[in-house]
Amino acid sequence: MNFITIDKKDWAPGVDQSRKTYRVYGPVEDKNGCQIKPLAPDMQPKMDAPVTVMSAKSVLFPQTEKILTATLDESKEDHHVMKPVETDDMPRVVLGIRPYDAKAVHLVKLNFDNPDYKDPYWCAAYDATTFVGLGVTRPGPCDFSTAVGSGPFSEEGLDVLMADMDDKYLAKILTEKGEKWAAACGFATAADPKESQVLFDVLKKEAEKQIQADVNTDKLAQKTILDLYDAPFWDEVAFSCINCGTCTYVCPTCWCFDIQDETRHNTAVRFRNWDTCMSSLFTHHASGHNPRGTKVQRVRQRFMHKLKYFLDKYDQGIMCVGCGRCVASCPVNIDIREVCNRMNDYETTK
Amino acid sequence: MDTCIEKIRAIGADLLAKGTVEKVIGFADGSIPMATRPVALTSDKDVGKLVFNSVCGLNLANYVSKNSLSKKEGKIAVVAKGCDARNLVTHIVENQISREQVYIIGVPCTGMVDKRKIAALFEDEITGFEEDGDTLTITSASKTETVKKADVLRHNCRVCTHRNPPVYDVMAGDPVEEQTLDQPYEDVDRIAAMDPDARWAYFEKLTENCIRCYACRNACPLCYCPTCFVDESGPQWVGKGQNDTDVATFHFLRAFHCAGRCTDCGACVEACPMGINVRDFTRKLNKDALELFGWEAGLDLDKRPPLDVYSPNDPNDFIK
Ligand code: SF4
Ligand code: SF4
Ligand code: SF4
Ligand code: SF4
Ligand code: SF4
Repeated sequence: MNFITIDKKDWAPGVDQSRKTYRVYGPVEDKNGCQIKPLAPDMQPKMDAPVTVMSAKSVLFPQTEKILTATLDESKEDHHVMKPVETDDMPRVVLGIRPYDAKAVHLVKLNFDNPDYKDPYWCAAYDATTFVGLGVTRPGPCDFSTAVGSGPFSEEGLDVLMADMDDKYLAKILTEKGEKWAAACGFATAADPKESQVLFDVLKKEAEKQIQADVNTDKLAQKTILDLYDAPFWDEVAFSCINCGTCTYVCPTCWCFDIQDETRHNTAVRFRNWDTCMSSLFTHHASGHNPRGTKVQRVRQRFMHKLKYFLDKYDQGIMCVGCGRCVASCPVNIDIREVCNRMNDYETTK
Repeated sequence: MDTCIEKIRAIGADLLAKGTVEKVIGFADGSIPMATRPVALTSDKDVGKLVFNSVCGLNLANYVSKNSLSKKEGKIAVVAKGCDARNLVTHIVENQISREQVYIIGVPCTGMVDKRKIAALFEDEITGFEEDGDTLTITSASKTETVKKADVLRHNCRVCTHRNPPVYDVMAGDPVEEQTLDQPYEDVDRIAAMDPDARWAYFEKLTENCIRCYACRNACPLCYCPTCFVDESGPQWVGKGQNDTDVATFHFLRAFHCAGRCTDCGACVEACPMGINVRDFTRKLNKDALELFGWEAGLDLDKRPPLDVYSPNDPNDFIK
């Protein structure tokens, strides 16, 4: 494993230098809170930003993504034939992503890139992307990443993990992609691997200590789906929910989408949009029937998917990396940590 | 400030114990600083869970029409600030509920705080929030700030002229003094004074980060259509993507649905995860309703809303 140090005064010039090879994404702060966005040529990522309202999910999976297009001009031979849109495969780098968000990419990958199904758009974007993470030294009150197999200095899914050392970054290069990015920036000051690892370990311990989440998932696997499904607490959990879908949009691991066709003059496009199980339209059948027609059914779906169906299907833990965004953004403070514990502790009397 | 909470709890316990109501809808403490959550209590033993403070910014009238009042249910008590009570009145006037179905526990309100304004005082995340009278003490890992509540009030509360519920069954405290304002619509006037291009740009910028989660719609008690126009799929009225025109269409139509009905409660803004001040749309309509029809929503159980009634004095020419 190879470590480098990056002097902070070399950071911005290095990022600029890398723009020849990379499209650069990073935290941007504006009046609506911090978000991960593509950076304009004159913009630098705000590395010391607090947690971003939206995750980095949209880098690989945009909220609205054009996927196919066709001409409706009947004088053209190929009219009404849907064809892939040209995609921009330029390498891209996401700077300052939080470690738990990188882990989330790994969970989303299970859905978009598996032996049965490969989503061409997501996979191409994934191949083109380098993730440069920044360890979290001061986790906030919503962060429970350590409880769900991630953490403030987790390396899973990252190509580079950096630690903020005041006047410099200490960076651990984790993959070949990461190495290429460092080279493209001209970051090459080697650091002593042993000493650096010790430093990382200390920072990691310090940060993890600050997370006091008491979230348990150990007993979820042994419960049956129907026991949890029929548990008596769903009405109470769902009462205050306004079915706004915020929790699913801000979530780095929610992957549901909807396909739409639109036409304008002689052009047709097919695109996909994020969808949310919190919306009644999500499961509305063409017949008019809606199998999840009530709010409580939709709320239950969200938690059952994240905390039970996913766990059973992939055996990779729950579909949550503990970022706490849904907790922070939910207008009525429905807290997945409480729901998770409730499900975990639930014993049927049968 | 006496937040009336002891009185609210006593009233709630009494109503539940006597069986006057089936549920009491109020606020309970949340799991993170500056959060509260709406709850429905059915037992007088649980009333200790109720809280009332400066972060009860949602509108509980929302839970009466959409959530709980099926025909078979009995009476429900609702803890109501001035604006919540006005939305209950609107629900009654619009025949969503009947007056007999709700028991309004009125709370004289001194306003709710703007959580984003408070968050902006800190570089890092807020870990603690205490309220003592008019003084708020907020902490993060790096510092503690003490602020006066009046300095961090939400905009709608700063301009609120109906802090006391206009209609109630019981009041949980002495009425507070109502404000009189020299320029109640200063914000609207500022936008109206822009030339059309600047104004268009202003609204484009306003909604540029909208993720169309519809939290603003769902938090609003006025939005109770069984199928919202944005969810209608046969025919589909509006595109679902992040296209500017579709986003704008949603906002314009939502706002117009609120014309003459919006109480400026601010729940829509409170709920928006992206901090978008969607009241910039509805405020203009509130101003028009006031200037053209002398109308403010939710003050009177016996008057029909202006867009619901024919009047020979209607300011529009087309109707004459
Ligand atoms: S953010 Fe909260 S209120 Fe909105 S759908 Fe999710 S759980 Fe429900
Ligand atoms: S469920 Fe909530 S805490 Fe878990 S990853 Fe999604 S947004 Fe983060
Ligand atoms: S708008 Fe008025 S009644 Fe409503 S919360 Fe603000 S001050 Fe209270
Ligand atoms: S709540 Fe905010 S982000 Fe969501 S639809 Fe409304 S304005 Fe857009
Ligand atoms: S539009 Fe907003 S301010 Fe007006 S009543 Fe609805 S939630 Fe309240």
